[in-house]
Amino acid sequence: MTNGWIDIKNTDMMLIMGGNPAENHPCGFKWAIEAKRNRNAKMIVVDPRFTRTASTADLFLQIRAGADIAFLGGLIHYAIENDRIAKDYLLNYTNAAFVVKEGFKLPEDGLYSGFDPAAHTYDKATWNYEEGGDLTGKAVAAEAPHKPAPVPAPAKPGQTPPPAPALPPNVAHDLALQHPRCVFQLLKKQYSRYTPEMVERITGIPKDQFLKAADLFTSIRKNGDMKKAATIIYAVGWTQHTYGTQIIRTAAMMQLLMGNVGRAGGGVNALRGHSNIQGATDMAGIFDNLPGYLKVPNPADTDLAAYLKRITPTPSKPGQWDSFNYWSNTPKFVTSLLKAMYGDAATKQNNFAFDYLPKVDRNYSWTNIWDNMYRGSVKGIFAFGMNGVMIGPDTQKNIDALKKAEWLVVGEIYPDETSEFWRAPGITADEKKNIKTTVYRLPCAGFAEKDGSMTNSARWLQWKNAALPPPGDARLDQDIVAQIFLRVRDLYKKEGGKFPDPILNLTWPYTDPQHPSLTDIAKEINGKALADLTDPATQQTTKTGQQLPGFAWLKDDGTTSCGNWIYCGSWTEAGPLVARRGTEDPSGLGIYPNWAWSWPANRRVLYNRASCDLDGKPWDPQRRQVWWNEAAQKWVGNDVPDFKADSHPKDHLGPFIMNPEGVGRLFVPLGAVSDGPFPEHYEPFESPIQNPLHPNQSNNPVVKKLTTAADKFGTPEQGFTVVCTTYRLTEQYHYWTKNNPMNVQLIPEPFVEIPVELASEIGVRGSEKIKVTSARGTYVAKAFVTRRIKPMTIDGKKVYQIGVPIHQGFRGIAEDAERNARTPANLLSPTVIDPNAYTPEFKGFLVKVEKA
Amino acid sequence: MSQATLGIRAISGHAGSVPGAGVERGLEVCKLIDTTTCIGCKACEVACLEWNGLTFSETTFDNSYQTMPETSWNYWNLIKFNEHEREDGSMALLMRKDQCMHCEEPGCLAACPADGAIVQYVNGIVDFQQDHCIGCGYCITGCPFNIPKFSPTARKVFKCTLCNDRVTQGLEPACIKSCPTGCLHFGSKTDMKDLADKRAAQLREHSGFANAGVYDPPGVGGTHVIYVLHDSTNPEAYGGLPKNPTIPLTVQLWKTPLKWLGNLAIIGGLIGVFAHYLRFGPKIVEEDENGKQGARQ
Amino acid sequence: MATSRRDFLKVAAIGGGAATVLGFDLAPAYAQLRELKIARATETRSTCPYCSVSCGVIIYTLGDKAKNVTPQVIHVEGDPDHPINRGTLCPKGASLEQDILNPRRLLKPQVRRPGGTDWEDIPWDTALTEIAQRVKKSRDETFVEKDAMGRTVNRCEGIAFTGGCTDTNEFNFLVVKAMRSLGVCYLENQARV
Repeated sequence: MTNGWIDIKNTDMMLIMGGNPAENHPCGFKWAIEAKRNRNAKMIVVDPRFTRTASTADLFLQIRAGADIAFLGGLIHYAIENDRIAKDYLLNYTNAAFVVKEGFKLPEDGLYSGFDPAAHTYDKATWNYEEGGDLTGKAVAAEAPHKPAPVPAPAKPGQTPPPAPALPPNVAHDLALQHPRCVFQLLKKQYSRYTPEMVERITGIPKDQFLKAADLFTSIRKNGDMKKAATIIYAVGWTQHTYGTQIIRTAAMMQLLMGNVGRAGGGVNALRGHSNIQGATDMAGIFDNLPGYLKVPNPADTDLAAYLKRITPTPSKPGQWDSFNYWSNTPKFVTSLLKAMYGDAATKQNNFAFDYLPKVDRNYSWTNIWDNMYRGSVKGIFAFGMNGVMIGPDTQKNIDALKKAEWLVVGEIYPDETSEFWRAPGITADEKKNIKTTVYRLPCAGFAEKDGSMTNSARWLQWKNAALPPPGDARLDQDIVAQIFLRVRDLYKKEGGKFPDPILNLTWPYTDPQHPSLTDIAKEINGKALADLTDPATQQTTKTGQQLPGFAWLKDDGTTSCGNWIYCGSWTEAGPLVARRGTEDPSGLGIYPNWAWSWPANRRVLYNRASCDLDGKPWDPQRRQVWWNEAAQKWVGNDVPDFKADSHPKDHLGPFIMNPEGVGRLFVPLGAVSDGPFPEHYEPFESPIQNPLHPNQSNNPVVKKLTTAADKFGTPEQGFTVVCTTYRLTEQYHYWTKNNPMNVQLIPEPFVEIPVELASEIGVRGSEKIKVTSARGTYVAKAFVTRRIKPMTIDGKKVYQIGVPIHQGFRGIAEDAERNARTPANLLSPTVIDPNAYTPEFKGFLVKVEKA
Repeated sequence: MSQATLGIRAISGHAGSVPGAGVERGLEVCKLIDTTTCIGCKACEVACLEWNGLTFSETTFDNSYQTMPETSWNYWNLIKFNEHEREDGSMALLMRKDQCMHCEEPGCLAACPADGAIVQYVNGIVDFQQDHCIGCGYCITGCPFNIPKFSPTARKVFKCTLCNDRVTQGLEPACIKSCPTGCLHFGSKTDMKDLADKRAAQLREHSGFANAGVYDPPGVGGTHVIYVLHDSTNPEAYGGLPKNPTIPLTVQLWKTPLKWLGNLAIIGGLIGVFAHYLRFGPKIVEEDENGKQGARQ
Repeated sequence: MATSRRDFLKVAAIGGGAATVLGFDLAPAYAQLRELKIARATETRSTCPYCSVSCGVIIYTLGDKAKNVTPQVIHVEGDPDHPINRGTLCPKGASLEQDILNPRRLLKPQVRRPGGTDWEDIPWDTALTEIAQRVKKSRDETFVEKDAMGRTVNRCEGIAFTGGCTDTNEFNFLVVKAMRSLGVCYLENQARV
């Protein structure tokens, strides 16, 4: 979330789409209700189903799953056409005025310039800004007809690819926004194709309803008024597509156009699905990052300097503007991380042990783990609180993959499907004997038995206390990992082996190495001074061994260590700020500055400089977050300014300090997003129609299919005509509460939500069993025949949508009592992923539905 | 041991004085249920079960999110779900928390022949005292909301207590505390009435619900659980909320012209109790169904 | 265990004075209230492990932390001080007591051997030692020091680690340290899916 849960109460307008917060985040959703109750805020809900969130909305639109970019693109088109945009904000806080390179082509045919069909990738050379100065008011030569950019020859093995193109330091710009290649004009052109008629064809939302929603949502910018704010709230309904990142981008662009980012009651708010998904992402429990969103090194980074050069951006902006470019501090973050990991073994001479880190140049993400295990190259897998068989996609493929693994270590609190894959329904006694996998199932501690911090969706790190010891012989998770690692280290000490250096030199500075205390680790993450440090501006000092007060203290010379730079400041010499319980909220904006601690630097709303006009005055004097104090010559406020504190407004330092441009990106240059600088609507990988915008390029061109025999896809011609979406219910939590008698009582059995019309077509009444089949598998459950999902007309075709809750599997209270079919919902879903975030397409695949 | 101070205003099947009637002043408490902000999450159902330690039952899916068809002796709080198409063709999912309404003039209490089996405190809570319940089920007939439910194992009738163990300690009921959206609210009857009226006015003015209104049915003297409805002209759409609930005629007759008959029945009951004692000996504390006294493992 | 519930009516008589005749209360105790079950329990502030709202919860445990008591959960309720949930909980958060006190919890390490048809118990030390040996074997077998172009990559491609959604930040950091040092590239989390 750019903002936070409580901040939703400050909004005037909500668009809830790709998420169902009333069901999945009920206690956060209260703040949406508060906005309605206390501000008469309006709520628009767009979803494939009339959900329990929709039941409280002012306006509900039923959309076809996966058609979100078409809807949002239509909104952008509407806002521009009807002048419902924030002009000053757009001009000064976004890259609207930046001029894009000649040769850049919009995807009228579904492809941007530079596509290489053989490799399914783009050469992004033209996806860049033009070098140059102020072109405002200057005549523009007629554009030469577009020439296709030459496709570069694919790199051969052994050949180092040419250096990636860089952003120009001095960007050409037209502050009149008239240049045909300025971002604003390109944006306008791109979405001029997303007319209400086109929106209706793709999304199935009737034109008049779409226009009603577009008018309502953009009404906050009527007549140039900047006081009001709108928020966009989403969850995995947007991420779980083969263009998920681009859906979110479209929403962000809409919010930049309307000047809603950085503002109380505004922002782009991702509701993370689980308690510490935000923290797991921050801490880089994912292959492509190191803690604090540092890009993982790749083999072309021959040494630390090369790596830092590649990942440290340089400013790229109009000459007369300024850019903080906070990522210019990357070398400090990296060096401090390496010191935290390798301590005294990380020295200037050995590149701070840079070679100890694995170098990654291909996709090692979730689906690739299972794909490569299926192919036999992944020998062993740990699953700690992670039920991979159930989570899927393509449960059967994951089960078959585990059969080929040598070993599996599961750390869990309940018997789960992953640890018992070898006795999944359908596996015969003979087959079982042929499954050679050794499975260790280790009893772990539940949440109440562990202390430690978790980071919520609002970026708040909150410390919790242990209430009781783990039951039976269960052990704390951190003890188990420590005890395994220390045994591995002993083996390398005794026996030697492949490249033991990083294992032997890893720091393990815990008071009791076999039982590392989470307090010790939290302090290690925050980081400490390894030499006496003095801040030249304030003359404050931090002595050797003391906890660092914040990430501004980090150094790239090895005199600081810090496990995660964005968490620096969370556990200082003042103690655990993450455990604070201050309940005061002086501004009334729901900031609660002394409750727990939020990254970065306890800022509660990101990019909050943008809540003020160019002179540093809040757009809305009623909702004052930060402002420029002329007397003190600094930024002050109710929130911590997410900005350079002493930057005078006349310096025109951009509010988006993490971008090298200093401004928000309507156009994303180079390869930051791999499938295009602007989002374009593509169809889900399995779709009932061809893309009405460009039937010859229906899907996202950079998505690659996996190629094992298990990776099957269905088409309407094969009879897979029904659009299927998977989701959670409010009464259950993923694959966890099926062990809880209370929640099992609330939702005792699996069901599939189907429209009344489809039910009568296949001759099924409510609570009768149906069979849902995809190209991958079959799912049997009772029919929930409902009027809350209506048949739709998509590009002239009648299309049904159905919904499959994901909760039940083959282990659980009801499952063990054989009260259900013991089939996981993800037997149905396909293994095909978003090319940017690598998230599978759980939403909007094709199935057929029959009476069972 | 609790040192509760709740005074008693009315006692079932009772001849003679009532300790708190006309003696003790008490804040009349009230639950406000704003159905327009209910998200049907069932947190209140779970909170009720957890706080009251009720047993689990095996449920089955019945083409609805609804946990079970109606409240039961061990499930006092149930969200009723109703898919509803409005006149303009728009969809609605009406969700209403169903539980004891704690009527100002409780039909259950009027109908109950057992002395002290049902009491009404001066704060408005209507409470069943299972120790004195004879399991006759008259209260079930007396209730216009179909709330009291008979337990075949305990052979007693149970319903929502409005968490009087919490309220007497100054805490809000468990369901109220849990409610994520604040569609449940707790306070004095006057304050809740005021809040409800304001919310209904807001719905009429800002949300286009011209018939939004408050449900506080006069037929039972008003209730200590009141609703805000999007359409107060059609409470039946919310899972059969009666439009004009009253105490059934038979019960009214029973309690007024035929009251002497009731008194006779009580005397008869006492004779019966004495006969029971002669036959079975002194009463022992009932064990729960597992035969364990308060066992928690 | 889970269906064994609290004693239903542990009563405190108030109201009318009770005269005991023949073992009966002939003058009924007109109002009998259960005592507040959490009155003297120990309160521990924690965070709900489910969604990303991260509601504050209070875990009430048996006993006052005295030496001779093994704490066991008796109730879980929302933390009214928490600025986001303000004491509220959803149906999952409200049922956390049943998550902590659940007869389905795993209580001892188990192993399923190749070709095995059931779980076998295994001592912790044996399990951890065997796992460490397997980790080392798989790592040594699949470790790549240089790629096809001769560039240093130092990666272990034969081991994957998948982390869950409720793992704490500190646990995750420990995992990142341990796994990256082993050279593990397949490091993924619920965050991805």
